Amino acid sequence: MNMIVCCKQVLDPEAAPSTFKLDAANNRMVQPPEVKPVVNPYDEQAVEAALRIKDKDKTQKVSIISLGNNLIRDVVKKPLSMGADELFLLEDPAFEGGDSYSIAMALAAAIKKIGQYDIIFCGRQESEWDDGQVGTGIAEILGIPCVTVAKKVDVIDGGKLRVERVTADGYQVLEVTTPCVITVSNELGEARYATLKGIMAASKKQPTVWKPADIGLEKAGAAVRKSKIVKLFQPVKEGKCEIVSADSPAEAGALLAQKLRENKVI
Amino acid sequence: MADNKGVLVVGEVAEGKLLPITGELLGAGRRLADELKEPLSCILISDKVGDLTKAAIAAGADRVYVTEDPQLKDYANDTYIQVMEKAAKELALRIILMGQTSIGRDLAPKLAFRLGVSATMDCLELAIDPATKLMNCTRPVYGGNARAIFTSEGLPQVATVRQKASTPLAPDAGRSGEVIPFPVTLDASKIRVKVLETVKEEVAGVKLEDAQTVVAGGRGMGGPEPFTKELAELAKVLKGAVGASRPPCDNKWVPDSIQIGLTGKIIAPELYIAVAISGSSQHMSGCSGSKTIVAINKDPEANIFKEARFGVVGDWKVVLPAFTAKVKELVQ
Repeated sequence: MNMIVCCKQVLDPEAAPSTFKLDAANNRMVQPPEVKPVVNPYDEQAVEAALRIKDKDKTQKVSIISLGNNLIRDVVKKPLSMGADELFLLEDPAFEGGDSYSIAMALAAAIKKIGQYDIIFCGRQESEWDDGQVGTGIAEILGIPCVTVAKKVDVIDGGKLRVERVTADGYQVLEVTTPCVITVSNELGEARYATLKGIMAASKKQPTVWKPADIGLEKAGAAVRKSKIVKLFQPVKEGKCEIVSADSPAEAGALLAQKLRENKVI
Repeated sequence: MADNKGVLVVGEVAEGKLLPITGELLGAGRRLADELKEPLSCILISDKVGDLTKAAIAAGADRVYVTEDPQLKDYANDTYIQVMEKAAKELALRIILMGQTSIGRDLAPKLAFRLGVSATMDCLELAIDPATKLMNCTRPVYGGNARAIFTSEGLPQVATVRQKASTPLAPDAGRSGEVIPFPVTLDASKIRVKVLETVKEEVAGVKLEDAQTVVAGGRGMGGPEPFTKELAELAKVLKGAVGASRPPCDNKWVPDSIQIGLTGKIIAPELYIAVAISGSSQHMSGCSGSKTIVAINKDPEANIFKEARFGVVGDWKVVLPAFTAKVKELVQ
């Protein structure tokens, strides 16, 4: 099996909401210096899904593709230190400012250039735009099937996969032919840590860097996006919490109940 | 493309009923269609649709398209896309709306890429720009920290709408509408994803999405026990349901099906009691529609206090039992 995992570098989504700021004039987020870029957490779980298949057969190959500009090597190499084999970077100023459409177009073009693929893994969505469309888009462009929001992926006979897809009240068990795209959800379980050996190995690996022309694209990023941002803004929060306090926490608990009663909440 | 007209809502049917999201979408769709002075349609896709067409008309649809096939009983994207691709091409629509549900979040991008147009996901508000007649879609971005208004030029414009974000119309059995069969011959060679089994992880008691009161715990609960003891006890007294933020689900303390947040359930109860939940943007995306939020957290700086109406700063182990005891006394 040749597996390709698409990983995006994002600003740490676990950062405190108070650090969040917008540059409203340019419709973009301001990067606060204390917030560090990381691999999108769902994409790390997509790497984990691929590595679990590789764990059972070490001859299987896991390639990583990341797209962006000025990508931080320590961040984009993390999947290598977890155990992936090789890294492709689609890195150029022209890739900036894209939407799900332009990103899926570029990733699909790179996947075609890599040529051999049985499973393409993506995270279910990335933590900045939370769009959740890129995996499906790659599948449509390549004309292959797609299963979204997977929590378990097993290779079964005949090159098919058995996939558990999360639904609102449980999950579906699906069978899908390869090649296919699978998007992975957090229910898969935590991604493994990078090992010291993995970090050493990753430091020696050089990524293959491609620009739009290398993957046969004349235009990319903002130049080919289909959706237009009319406005980006922060909703105003009223923030009028009444903190109920008393001599002891237990008394405060009882007083809270009384408050809710007075305000007809209970 | 200039001839594309009308708004189509993709209905959701389960166990012989229209799901609430369908009524919400028809409410939102009705407002858009009235503004455009164009018709509102609804498509119902299932093994058997029967009388549900009446419910869709009562909820605001002018036309209801019906596609029935035993293979459409369970959702699978390779079958449903065949129906939707045909519908989009033959009906030449201006706008297609789906719910941000297990089905919509899978089907909407697939349809948009298939048609070469853009889909806007998880919208909170939809409006028509009177000058261009294009739909503007407002949706949360950056994990709920900000909102963006998107538009796109290719028709149809496809959007999914967050559950409980729009108001359904009051059902009116006197409304008239047309029922139109929309048969689709499914091409077996294009079905590459097959449903082997559908597993339901039922949670005992009131369903989370229907509960008027939700008592939820976060990472600070420290383990699985408080969810079945302290939180369950309070939920029982208030006839509500127990929920969780993401960390308790990721730690396997509670089933994934009770996760509240951007990637879990979106709920809007009358009362939301958040215990030991910090209130990350991701979590708040799932509960910010609650009428009253009450927070118990030992960290006075926790973001949840910016979202809550009432709060107590303190260790839940001490605050919660006293709170529950007093609630019991007051509601009985």
